[in-house]
Amino acid sequence: MGELQILTVIFGVALAALVVAALNIWLERRLLALWQDRYGPNRVGPFGLLQVLADMIKIITKEDWVPPFADRPVFVAAPGIVVVTVLTAYAVIPFAPGIEVVRLDTGVLFFLAMSSLGVYSVVLAGWASDSKYALIGGLRAVAQMLGYEVYMGLSVMGVVMLAGSFNLREIVEAQKGLWFCFPQVLGLVIFVIAGVAEMHRLPFDLPEAESELVAGYHSEYSAMKFGMFFLGEYLGITLISAMITTLFFGGWLGPWLPPLLWFALKTFLIIVFFILLRASLPRPRYDQLMAWGWKLILPLALVNILVTGGILLAWR
Amino acid sequence: MWSHVRTIALVFLHMFRKRETVLYPEVRPDIPPRWRGRIILSRDPDGGERCVACYLCAAACPVSCITLQAAEDGQGRRYPAFFRINFSRCIFCGFCEEACPTYAIQLTPDFEMGEYDRQNLVYEKEDLLISGPGKHPGYNFYRVAGLAVGGKGKGEAEGEAPPVDVKSLLP
Repeated sequence: MGELQILTVIFGVALAALVVAALNIWLERRLLALWQDRYGPNRVGPFGLLQVLADMIKIITKEDWVPPFADRPVFVAAPGIVVVTVLTAYAVIPFAPGIEVVRLDTGVLFFLAMSSLGVYSVVLAGWASDSKYALIGGLRAVAQMLGYEVYMGLSVMGVVMLAGSFNLREIVEAQKGLWFCFPQVLGLVIFVIAGVAEMHRLPFDLPEAESELVAGYHSEYSAMKFGMFFLGEYLGITLISAMITTLFFGGWLGPWLPPLLWFALKTFLIIVFFILLRASLPRPRYDQLMAWGWKLILPLALVNILVTGGILLAWR
Repeated sequence: MWSHVRTIALVFLHMFRKRETVLYPEVRPDIPPRWRGRIILSRDPDGGERCVACYLCAAACPVSCITLQAAEDGQGRRYPAFFRINFSRCIFCGFCEEACPTYAIQLTPDFEMGEYDRQNLVYEKEDLLISGPGKHPGYNFYRVAGLAVGGKGKGEAEGEAPPVDVKSLLP
């Protein structure tokens, strides 16, 4: 690959991720409205598409206020971390043959590492805000995200065993015969649940539960600093959807259509599914979430690894 | 577990339901005629002002948004010299309409009164007065009241018997 082509891919991926994250906000509002028999934003531009632009102009021009009691450097740094880590994780995703920023042999591990680092953003924000709601939100986020990180990693191991590689490109190519969503149903379910919890999306949005914690770890944030958390969340949901596509639904593989389109289509459908989850399920209680994770999902993930490993061992 | 799956399915099926939203500026909401909206002053069928400046509306108003000044013309008819409603205070409770003895002050189904300048919400008499009788066609206070007023003497009102000279009944 020439240098120009590499640069094109890098900036293309970053730009596409940001644009998709922005469009996700519009998509989510429209779909939630659709499922609640409303219209959602439909005034600004065609189908309300420019609403995102209007909101962006608004949030950028808002007063950027740092509370006097906050730990200033940490408070300012925290929102950036989530965006940086999530955007970095996009580097390993193979969107189509030839369209990926870097071909890492440890792609899955890199993704897991980056989403773990994202926890720092939340916990530092909660700590630096010096406010009880933010702190409780931050603490919840650590417990939840670290816990679900474990099952997330374990649920992917089945896929890794089947493909025999941590390289995401090889994982996709190993699905030419059969997508891993069929032999790894349990792994898929666990990965989806852990993914939602990892990106603290509804119904697992306990770190920012509005009805209990004001806004959780970003209670004290305003303007674009809050916007960064928001952006990080929507980047995250796209990232998780792209990872599910790559790991379980055969990435870019598919007949007739060009590979990139297949990838986008699958990712889109998974994002829609996540929004549907948000539209339909209530938030569990905090202790229920933790107990559920450690007592049910962790054993299930281990059983999944055991069975997959056993079958592979017997079959080979 | 299955109840969650069922919930997700049911929410998904809402995709095919009709949306409840009324797209307001394009689709006008269907407002009942008794809606308590913009306040008007009506006229009787002859075109005269119904308001007799009795101050009952101003007294009934819980937020004191009605101001008026009574006056009397040469024929004995009372009318408001000015009549002012401050709609930035008005809570559209309709007490003024209930208090009015002559059906003069009425609330209408118009609610689109938004203004950029607060001062524009103070309506004067010429803004309030309409040309018709509003909700009560055919009602004319001075024609049914027993009051002697220009052109109509005692006992000439509708349904009223001529006044009896009680002194003539003396033996």
